[in-house]
Order: sequence, then structure tokens, then C-alpha cells
Amino acid sequence: MNFSWIQLVAIAPEIVLTIGACALLLFDLVIPRDQKDKLGYFAVGILIVACYGSWKLANVEADVFFGMFTLDPYATYFKMLVYLAGALTILLSMTYLEIEKIHLGEYYGFVLLSTAGMMVMVSAGDLIMVYLGLELLSISLYTMAGFKRSESRSIEASAKYLILGSFSSAILLYGISILYGIAGTTNLKALGTFFAANPLDNPGLLVSMGFLVVGFGFKVAAVPFHMWTPDVYEGSPTPVTAFMSVAPKAASFAVFLRVFAEALGGLKPHWQPILVTVAVATMILGNVVAIVQTNIKRMLAYSSIAHAGYALIGIIVGGGLGTMSLMLYLMIYALMNLGAFGVVILLRKGGMRGEEISDFTGLAKKNPVAAVIMLIFMFSLAGIPPTAGFVAKFYLFMGAVEAGMVWLAVVGVLLSAVSAYYYLRVVMVMYMREPSGDFDLATSPATSLALVITTIAVLFLGLYPAPLIDATKAAILQIP
Amino acid sequence: MPGEYVPQQYLPILIFAVIAAVFGLGQLLIGSLLRPRHAYRDKLLPYESGVQPFSDARIPFPMRYYVIAMLFVIFDIEAVFLYPWAVVFHSIGLYALVEMVLFIAILLVGYVYAWNKGALEWE
Repeated sequence: MNFSWIQLVAIAPEIVLTIGACALLLFDLVIPRDQKDKLGYFAVGILIVACYGSWKLANVEADVFFGMFTLDPYATYFKMLVYLAGALTILLSMTYLEIEKIHLGEYYGFVLLSTAGMMVMVSAGDLIMVYLGLELLSISLYTMAGFKRSESRSIEASAKYLILGSFSSAILLYGISILYGIAGTTNLKALGTFFAANPLDNPGLLVSMGFLVVGFGFKVAAVPFHMWTPDVYEGSPTPVTAFMSVAPKAASFAVFLRVFAEALGGLKPHWQPILVTVAVATMILGNVVAIVQTNIKRMLAYSSIAHAGYALIGIIVGGGLGTMSLMLYLMIYALMNLGAFGVVILLRKGGMRGEEISDFTGLAKKNPVAAVIMLIFMFSLAGIPPTAGFVAKFYLFMGAVEAGMVWLAVVGVLLSAVSAYYYLRVVMVMYMREPSGDFDLATSPATSLALVITTIAVLFLGLYPAPLIDATKAAILQIP
Repeated sequence: MPGEYVPQQYLPILIFAVIAAVFGLGQLLIGSLLRPRHAYRDKLLPYESGVQPFSDARIPFPMRYYVIAMLFVIFDIEAVFLYPWAVVFHSIGLYALVEMVLFIAILLVGYVYAWNKGALEWE
């Protein structure tokens, strides 16, 4: 395959985002300090333009740039997810950054660049591209985690994330290099054909598979590679935590599935037991440790670990149903988790930090609307009908049952019941206790818009999930 | 899994690694056995025949060094990339030119940004 300029059309959305991010940095130089939200709206505009581009390319299937970049409906679905997460994050960020006095234009540039990184990841046709996208994403996130420069917790989060993240990237690269040594290629499709034809007769393959699980396990925060999650989530500025817990996780899962189903599909009997162990450990640890947390950001961090455990079931099950349930789950998880963090962001105003669960005491008496919204997200995260969280979990567990792993589904359901305890504790605190003081919420049109979108989406998809299910079914990863 | 797998292609690497380790450790061992030991003050200085150190080297120094160093590394890398690019330029053609212009344009944006934010000013 030779290069032709027409191939550039396939990466037009990525080009738009990158140029947008560069332009944003230049605009930042001329825009006065008090008007930085203009840059936020500009970034949302860029995301909408890129989203339109991806929409136009939705039905295209092509391998471009010598097989480095794959454009397929599966990738496009996840691109839509990261656009949505990026735009909602920007809407949630503006007021928060103003209050924390860290309203700098670079922030939006980093959101755009990390989004571009995730798009490269989900479209990667080659392990090298996976790594490239992952680094573009991670380096932006390291910086965003340390954005509250005056606060030591934020610096700690950034440093911890940087050191552990580089370490896990190195392990991932090591796994990739061993895989290259065995198969002589890093192209995912070529690896798939190679392992379908050649049996596993090489101990190095198991080592490299293990390294890949470590590398991806770190990025999706699966036990035992989750240690960084609570500290980084707690220390980062709340909108960054919201973004981090949603978009990179979804993109990492997308590429996790693509690598393991497409490249290593022939070795499924060997990696399935590893992932089952990791998934069960992740669900147990995430849910059990979340119970004792008093800081809501830490609680949501452990909850996001637990959700990574549920999502792993989708990869373990694999095939049409597994892929579909994973895609459905990640989209719904993105909506409900961004919403839950949105309410946490609302509480940050004046002297109020709004990061302890006790800060929610009596919120229902003072601000019923915010309390109801939080209630919906907590119900959804716990997986209680009629919210979207129920639909998402239902399909995942159904996939496990269909694949003959009933016990895995039972473990998942039991631990979901455990999770109800800590989610409903927030609800209990909001509704059953008397408020100790007054609430002064940091509402703004942008934050309200983001919360309205997520609330309506969570309720709508809970009652009528058919459109999203159809979208996921149309975009299932095709494995030759 | 078959247990008799032997990665034979890696055998030269193993032999090389063993020789390297034996050579390196052997040198250190022989040196420590043979060398005379006279420790006196001048001998223990960082630079035996250099300027006398007058304070501890571990002092905090300005962040600006890091910023300048980082910018230096970026443009250093750019120059390193330009060399191989120039060598193969004729065999790749227009595509290579466009790629390099894009690369430099992105760096230029960063440069303008850093300049305007005052990263290049010492005071």
C-alpha cells in the first residue's frame, strides 16, 4: 500500500483536534486573564467539529498509513465517547478553575491533546500506535493532575502518576518488544493471523502477555495495579479526576479489547484465566475498600476500580455480546460518573471544599435539585433500575451467563450489592440528616448544562436503552 | 506447554552478557587486589588536581535552569531529526518535506508560546 493524500481524510478529526490545541495555546497568549472561559467554549467548538468529522466517517472501514491506523465503527464509537467526555469535562471545569484561581488556557489545550491521544489509541492498528496514543494521553494527564500548583496534594498526585505511569509504560513496551521478537511484527491484524496459525510453544509469549496485562491493567486501574488511583484521584483538581476516571479508562478498555481479541485472539485459553483472576480481585477490592472511605473523591476512586472489574467481564466474555456489553457499559459509566463528579464540583465554593462525604449532610433540605441529581447518579452507579447503570450491568452479567461463567456473574451481582452500601450512604447523608450550615453551590450555566445532559441521558438510557444498544451492535469490533 | 523449548537465537546474547559481566567484574576485582591504598585528603576530593570545593554541591537552584534545559533538549532533538531527514530527503520527496514542515510548525507554536510566557527571560 502506498501513501496517498486521500488517506489524510481518515485522520481529519485527529488533525482538527491537534491544530485546535495548537491554536488554543496561541489564543491563550492574547486573551486577558478574566476571559479564559472563551477558550473553554472554543475547545468545545473544536470537539464538536471533530465529532462532526467522525460522524461523517462513521461507516467507513479502512486501514491507512501502512496498517498503522484503523478506521472502523468500533473506533468511531469510542471517539464519540471521548468527545462527549471531553466536552462535558470542559463545561464542568470552567467555574471550578475560576474558584481555585487556576484558570489557565493551557488546561483546555491539554484536554484537547489528551482527547487526540485517546483517538489515536482507539484507532491504532499497530502496537506502536497504541503506545504513541497512550503517551500523548498520559503526558497530558500528568500535567493536568498537577494543575493546582499551590497545593501539595495535587503535586503529589502528579508526581506519583508520572513515576508509576512511566513505569507501566515501560513494562507495556517490554511486552510489545517480546511480542515483536516472537512474531516479527507489531501490526495487530498480522499478529492475529500469526497466532491463529502458530500454536503457543514459547514461554516468552506468556511473559509478554503478562506484561501487556500489567500495562493495560495499570491504565484501567485494575487490581493489583490500582495503587496509584486513590491518591491521584484525590489530589487532582476535581474536573481532572472526573475526566481521568472516565475517558482514559474507556479508551484503554477499547484498546485492551482490540489487542487481546484481535492480536492475541488465538491465545484466549491462556489469557482468560489471568483476566478472570484480575477481574474478581478488582471487583472485591474496589467495592470493599470503598466502604470505609470518608472522602468522596477517594470513594469514587475505589468505585471506579470496582467498575473496571465489572468492565473486564466484557473482555473475558469476548465475542459479539461481550464487546457490545463492554461498549454499552463504558458509555453509560462515562455519563454517570461525570455526573456524580459534577455534583462534587458544585459543592466547591468559598471556604467549602465539598470533598468529604459529610459535606453532603442535609443537602436535600437546602438544595433539593442538586440532591435529586446526586441521588440519580448514586442509584445508577449502584446499578438500581430504572437508571442506566442497571442496563449496563445487566448486559455484562448476561454476557457472563451466556458464556457459561455463571459464577462470575454471581460474584459481580453480590459485589454490586456491597457497592449499594457506600453509594446509598451518600444518599442517606443527604436526605436523612439535618444540614449543619448553609449550602452555597457553585452553579453556572455551563455546569448546569453538563449536569442536565448527564442526568437526562442516565434516566433516558435507563428507561429506553434501545438506541444505544443498536449503536453498539452496529459498531462491534469485527475480528477476521 | 512443551518444556523443551530453547530459544537458540538468544544464545549469542547470553554468551555475550556472561563475557561482559565476567570482564567488568574481573577488572574491578583485579584492581582492588593490586592497587595501593593511600587515602589522604587531596585524594578524596572530587577533583584531585582541580579547584578546591568551597561548599556543598547540593544547593537548591532556580527552576529557570530546568525550563531552559528542557527547551534546549527539544530543539536539540529537532536538529538530530533533521540530519537523517536531510540524508534520505531525495528518496522520499515531497512527503518528507511536508512532514518536516509540520514538525517544525508544531515546535514553532511551542516556541512562540514559551517566549510569550517569558520562559526565555532570566529576570
